[in-house]
Amino acid sequence: MISLSDVHVTFGRGTPLEHRALRGLDLTIPEGEFVTVIGSNGAGKSTLLNVLSGTARPERGSIIVDGTDVTRWSAPKRAKLIARVFQDPMAGTCERLSIEENMALAFSRGSVRSFGRALDASRRSLFREKLSMLGLGLENRLGDSMGLLSGGQRQAVSLLMSTLTGMKILLLDEHTAALDPRTAAFVLELTRRIVEEQRLTALMVTHSMRDALDHGTRTVMLHEGTIVFDIAGDQRKSLDVPDMLNLFRQARGDELSDDNLLLGMGAKQAAAVKVGKTASS
Amino acid sequence: MNLISLIGAVEIGLVFALVALGVYISFRVLDFPDLTVDGSFPLGAAVAAAMISGGINPITGTLAAIVAGCLAGVVTAWLNIRFGILHLLAGILTMTALFSVNLRIMGRPNIPLMNQPTLIDLFAWLRPLVEASGLPGRPTLKVLALLIIVSVVGALLARFLTSEFGLAMRATGANPRMAQAQGIPSEMHTYIGVAMANGLVALAGALFAQTAGFADVTVGTGTAIAGLAAVILGETIFRTKSIVIAIFSCVFGAIGYRIAIALALNTGWLGLQSSDLNLVTAVLVAMALILPKVVNPMRSLLKRSAT
Repeated sequence: MISLSDVHVTFGRGTPLEHRALRGLDLTIPEGEFVTVIGSNGAGKSTLLNVLSGTARPERGSIIVDGTDVTRWSAPKRAKLIARVFQDPMAGTCERLSIEENMALAFSRGSVRSFGRALDASRRSLFREKLSMLGLGLENRLGDSMGLLSGGQRQAVSLLMSTLTGMKILLLDEHTAALDPRTAAFVLELTRRIVEEQRLTALMVTHSMRDALDHGTRTVMLHEGTIVFDIAGDQRKSLDVPDMLNLFRQARGDELSDDNLLLGMGAKQAAAVKVGKTASS
Repeated sequence: MNLISLIGAVEIGLVFALVALGVYISFRVLDFPDLTVDGSFPLGAAVAAAMISGGINPITGTLAAIVAGCLAGVVTAWLNIRFGILHLLAGILTMTALFSVNLRIMGRPNIPLMNQPTLIDLFAWLRPLVEASGLPGRPTLKVLALLIIVSVVGALLARFLTSEFGLAMRATGANPRMAQAQGIPSEMHTYIGVAMANGLVALAGALFAQTAGFADVTVGTGTAIAGLAAVILGETIFRTKSIVIAIFSCVFGAIGYRIAIALALNTGWLGLQSSDLNLVTAVLVAMALILPKVVNPMRSLLKRSAT
């Protein structure tokens, strides 16, 4: 079980650009749950992932993974508990290394890296077997440089790499956002399959409300650094995108238009739109 | 070019093969352009020469030189990682400081090592082989001894870089963010890698002192660029992703480069003298860096006009 309690993160404190990315966020994720996270730009989605993976430090609050307080742990130390797939296909893999070397790097995540050989026959056959799951023919290209793969292939391999070893939670950071619609659908389907088959606990950030509702077992919406709604189960199943927008308005008590939310318009602009509407009516 | 100068070129090439391996680790594996090597090469020479001329066993002297080089690397990595000083500047700072340190170690600008025991004496068992070959005795023995040392170091390095630990070091240089997400403590790998690189260069310096028969505070000038020249030359000849071949190509590049230089210096009509070495090296490295940028657009132009 993962729990974040009263997590605060502020960037550029004391400067004119001060940005309170997370403002007392509370979130508990039981084992085996697949949470999708949505929210407009600047809502704190990426910061939430960074705080979980250890690349951003909370100034207040705590992060507990299975009873262990990891708030002060560095990113590499947390890697044995937390796996991550980045938005940028270039970020999650090393293009200078071969496919099998990338897999070997991920295979040793969370264990001590010895002076033993990184690759041997048994590992290669394991990697080949895992890659064949993708159905991309990559199992015959183990020695190819990662840089030769397309963005979608790299993202699929990243996903596979992140699930090579055990973890407490898998973080997916808009991992299909940089892909074309068809490839994105393929990677999403692959994600669903892997999460289900391995019964993983996962947290997926997405920009698409459709994807957020269609995947996972629970959906959380962030706004201005806090959770404005959190739904699961039957209530979630009966929900559609317009219902979600309504829910969001109720939760905030705001009158943001649908477009504002989808386009990530700032509060000031939204206010201006509202004033304009009142004047014209 | 006569046989003696060819053997001399191979000898210095083998010494610089170790420099090339060090530069390969810092510049290529870690993506950490480390200029400390201009100071750690004479550091290795100074430590070995000072100890050997002080009556200490050459093995101990050479090992001490390696340790000193590693420490110099740690200082540079520390300035960069702990205090955020740009890697190039961190290396220049350490290199500048090492000039004075080297003078302190030697107590004077140079130490001759004539008629002193050296590491080469450990390879005296090769003497019958050298005599049977009919090649000039002492220079050939030195080349064989260096060849064995470089082969062992190269094999160890290849084994290291293909291990889990070495692979993690390569990932640190290639994509630090990914490395951290995979649980690799990238700072530790940078410390170890830069230390290893400078340890190798100091070993080269120690061997230089023992084969050339002297140590001098000025022998380090241009070490980094000479190492880089060897790495680039090797990379150009052997275009490869394999670490084992990459390491071999560094060694090959270093020797090939020295033979080419010796040929150029021996050719009267070019009018070059040995003091022009650094100018030639710098021009060659600059050309190697510029050419890919000039040739590719030209190639695409040619292709376009062809179709």
